[in-house]
Amino acid sequence: MKNSSLSNKHPLDELIRTDRIPHIWCPGCGVGTVFSSFLIALRESGIDLKNTVVVSGIGCSGRAAGYVKLDSFHTTHGRAIPFATGIKLANPDLNVIVFSGDGDLFAIGGNHFIHAARRNVDLTVICVNNFTYGMTGGQAAATTPSMAKTTTTPKGNSESPFNLPHLAYASGATYVARWTMLHARDLTEAIKEAILKRGFSFIEALAPCPTGYGRRNKEQPLQTLKIYQEKAIIKNGANPAEADIDFNKGIILGKFIDIKKPTWLDTYNSIYRPQDNSDIIDAA
Amino acid sequence: MRLWRVPFDTNEIEVSKGIIHIIEDRCKGCGFCIEFCPREVLEFSDNFNIKGYYPPKVVKPDACVNCHYCEIICPEFAIYSIEDINHAVNSKNQKQDIN
Repeated sequence: MKNSSLSNKHPLDELIRTDRIPHIWCPGCGVGTVFSSFLIALRESGIDLKNTVVVSGIGCSGRAAGYVKLDSFHTTHGRAIPFATGIKLANPDLNVIVFSGDGDLFAIGGNHFIHAARRNVDLTVICVNNFTYGMTGGQAAATTPSMAKTTTTPKGNSESPFNLPHLAYASGATYVARWTMLHARDLTEAIKEAILKRGFSFIEALAPCPTGYGRRNKEQPLQTLKIYQEKAIIKNGANPAEADIDFNKGIILGKFIDIKKPTWLDTYNSIYRPQDNSDIIDAA
Repeated sequence: MRLWRVPFDTNEIEVSKGIIHIIEDRCKGCGFCIEFCPREVLEFSDNFNIKGYYPPKVVKPDACVNCHYCEIICPEFAIYSIEDINHAVNSKNQKQDIN
């Protein structure tokens, strides 16, 4: 076999704990792609990786903290953002990135998410949305589309899913984007921008879960990717209120929000630590 | 590659060429790289790897333009491409393809 070799060093090997590879993600799962986009974005962003912490919660996507060869923190279920907020407040010089799943960030950890966004803590939150609780066997989650079949909704989901970009925007996030794992280049670019962005940045990455979700909805992984390709409507700057998940009318992707706002630490320091802030002393 | 109109700078653009490396034993056979390679360089191999999956193999090595898409989309860190520095495809050849 010309032009290929059996044992080589992958360019991302320096950022992953290769002794833990192969990872647990199933064949056809999209988490690995989002993870590799994230690692490429980390490398390209040029931030000091020795000063970077990756925090994740529980679930398939939560395993990412265990595979990344940086300081990382695998926290309790749903509490990735509180841990990350603590890390950021204890040492504001660190770049803190939360990498977790939709069930972790928006079902059990939903309140933590909205309050971190409201406070505008300087975090980057990457949410891998696979529309289901994959690790526990494909139960209906807060993000499962209407009428989708899951183990707990065998005739179709009667509930409506969260519109995550709208939720993030309404809560006060300063950067909101959504891509699918198929749009890996745009996703990488968005993650890079979000890492460099000061303030609460949120990225939703849609990813197939062939075992938990695809199997019950008669979608092979490649079919799911074809659906992403057909149904994607790329609309940067779109109103997040229109970006609800409905595969019949199409999935709106793009960078929705990119605004400037003082972070919580900026405001806190200006009020409670004015001695550290020379501008305020000058003004006084 | 066929284009419906020829870009103005076709003569100036140098198309890069990549060499694909596959770490076969990491592959779980999802086929993302094969399906979404823009130049259809890859195909499923006939032999299975240590885990029993069929990894991709390179069938059109000269078609690779080093776009790195397989490298980004691979969930397993099992494929990557590096630029072939000895081989710069001249855009004039490319132009003949288009016409």
